[in-house]
Amino acid sequence: MTVESSAARKPRRSAAGKAGTTGSKTGTTAGTTGATGTERTTRTTRSTAKKSTDPELVQLLTPEGKRVKNAEYDPFVAGITPEDLRGLYRDMVLTRRFDAEATALQRQGELGLWASLLGQEAAQIGSGRATREDDYVFPTYREHGVAWCRGVDPANLLGMFRGVNNGGWDPNSNNFHLYTIVIGSQTLHATGYAMGVAKDGADSAVIAYFGDGASSQGDVAESFTFAAVYNAPVVFFCQNNQWAISEPTERQTRVPLYQRAQGYGFPGVRVDGNDVLACLAVTKWALERARNGEGPTLVEAFTYRMGAHTTSDDPTRYRGDEERLAWEAKDPILRLRRYLEASNHADEGFFAELESESEALGRRVREAVRAMPDPDHFAIFENAYADGHALVDEERAQFAAYQASFADEGGH
Amino acid sequence: MAEKMAMAKAINESLRRALDADPKVLVMGEDVGKLGGVFRVTDGLQKDFGESRVIDTPLAESGIVGTAIGLALRGYRPVVEIQFDGFVFPAYDQIVTQLAKMHARSLGKVKLPVVVRIPYGGGIGAVEHHSESPEALFAHVAGLKVVSPSNSSDAYWMMQQAIQSDDPVIYFEPKRRYWDKAEVDPEAIPAPLHKARVVREGTDLTLAAYGPMVKLCQEAADAAAEEGKSLEVLDLRSVSPLDFDSVQASVEKTRRLVVVHEAPVFFGSGAEIAARITERCFYHLEAPVLRVGGYHAPYPPARLEETYLPDLDRVLDAVDRSLAY
Ligand SMILES: Cc1ncc(C[n+]2csc(CCOP(=O)(O)OP(=O)(O)O)c2C)c(N)n1
Repeated sequence: MTVESSAARKPRRSAAGKAGTTGSKTGTTAGTTGATGTERTTRTTRSTAKKSTDPELVQLLTPEGKRVKNAEYDPFVAGITPEDLRGLYRDMVLTRRFDAEATALQRQGELGLWASLLGQEAAQIGSGRATREDDYVFPTYREHGVAWCRGVDPANLLGMFRGVNNGGWDPNSNNFHLYTIVIGSQTLHATGYAMGVAKDGADSAVIAYFGDGASSQGDVAESFTFAAVYNAPVVFFCQNNQWAISEPTERQTRVPLYQRAQGYGFPGVRVDGNDVLACLAVTKWALERARNGEGPTLVEAFTYRMGAHTTSDDPTRYRGDEERLAWEAKDPILRLRRYLEASNHADEGFFAELESESEALGRRVREAVRAMPDPDHFAIFENAYADGHALVDEERAQFAAYQASFADEGGH
Repeated sequence: MAEKMAMAKAINESLRRALDADPKVLVMGEDVGKLGGVFRVTDGLQKDFGESRVIDTPLAESGIVGTAIGLALRGYRPVVEIQFDGFVFPAYDQIVTQLAKMHARSLGKVKLPVVVRIPYGGGIGAVEHHSESPEALFAHVAGLKVVSPSNSSDAYWMMQQAIQSDDPVIYFEPKRRYWDKAEVDPEAIPAPLHKARVVREGTDLTLAAYGPMVKLCQEAADAAAEEGKSLEVLDLRSVSPLDFDSVQASVEKTRRLVVVHEAPVFFGSGAEIAARITERCFYHLEAPVLRVGGYHAPYPPARLEETYLPDLDRVLDAVDRSLAY
């Protein structure tokens, strides 16, 4: 018996039943009914939008754009020049523009999905600009602004959202690790990397990004334990954007997140995540501690996800407009603009030039995405192993023969 | 009264019925409450049954399964949702080392009627970790039952049966079939949970599949019929236990078997079926049992999944190869 090669064959591929979409179906927002009377439940009311006077919150710029003094953290931004401030502003504006372009590209079918950072620009630019070139960053999947600060070409971030790769950049060329979709996993990688940095006697630091939802994962708790026990030079940067898809922070924790650090034996601080100066200062402080051998820090950037969780999410099902409006008043970009204008650090020309730079960035990203080729079919078999693998070779050869059987027919 | 409904809706109706019938039944998971789950499978359940029965959990899969085990120890029957296939692994430890083994370790005294719902498989253009088929990793573990419906009616009834089972059941939902509609009759008398079903009679070859691949096999049988070949299509429905008797009966008739699944072929459920059927039907087989499935490669980015996933051509190619022996 031999296997007959079925060379003469017409493709019989039918499109039927191939691809559905994950597009969310809209419907009415379910209200919630209370717990049954017999069950003991504790309830706290959800406090939205912390006041700017919150003593827990490190703030250097008020939402109105007023510089406020902070004896502890001012030294970390003491040398900042008007040019630096314009740079931070530019970073935030361009990142927002990039993000808006990506959202539009998703709507037009160029990307399969997009996770917008809208509202989190200050947390990301402030912390990202605090890092040094030799520091190492471990992002989750929304850190487009941090990637920008690290010099990663924004177009590279779009490959995985377009579905042409599962990563898209060399983590070592900018010390910016690949995005991580499994919630919380990267906090352990960051800690291990930091342990390695310490072993090497280097004075670099490591920063791990994650969300408030991620703080519930075992991996994150374990990373805190390891970082504390080994005094690893790592900064845990939690962007508390108030929501993990449909679940508010209260569904993850009963204490303010930054306070968790105390139980592990390292400091935690809550910073106004919509204040780029404060984020810069606090992250610098934390990174400096790490460099000085003082171990890990937890920074909770108190911010807000202004858009949907991703383009397939429908936030109207779980949150109302009032909350968003309250946070819009604290917009990170607007706040710095007010400060720049009030202190005459930027003129109309600057803003106009930035506007056209933004448009150019949008165009460039759009063109780059459209020009991104679909991967070659054989890419499936690439890089599963570093050393090669007999089974992969065998399957690749079978696949080649299978593809060739269509090529005989003129392809399809 | 039978009604046509999408699979996601059928599971929703089934959960609703179970919550209604038994106050010990609970639904738990990330975003299952107000949002109704990312696929809306639990839509409206929290509204109707309250936050103490339909529970939005913290974002922690080990926590979800671990606490479900505790609730089951206390007499509850939790149905937990893992949001996507690739996110079950933080819970894998709890499922494999605890959920699967506690009945045996307690000498049969402890029962853990926990259902773990996992939307699985590809074909929806998602990012990584959202399209995998890890069923073999669970079927390999003694103490777990593993099932996967292929249509709305089975989705409805198998959920009822899974919840009633005193064993833990891993309930794999073929997410790309969530929006396919079929008749559901809530008054029907369902087939046993672990019984395979012949969905199409044939004489030349048996196609065996479960979950998302059943529909593909039916399409393949249609296409083959146009070429004068008569294929039998078996919906296995359950991966563990697996109804080898039904497969054997079919193979004794057709003498040829092709197993189709999305999961990688290497060490997949097809390997187990091929081995057992070769043992049982050695003298009936006219060809080796062939398998069609994923490659030994990470699930590829969305733009390559059409190439990666079994499609009509790959199934028919295997059919041709089998018939050529
Ligand atoms: C282990 C795991 N479980 C579930 C998911 C699905 N998921 C993706 S994002 C998300 C919410 C994350 O919330 P948070 O950590 O607060 O980060 P944010 O998206 O708000 O930035 C969930 C549940 C996942 N990616 N990984």
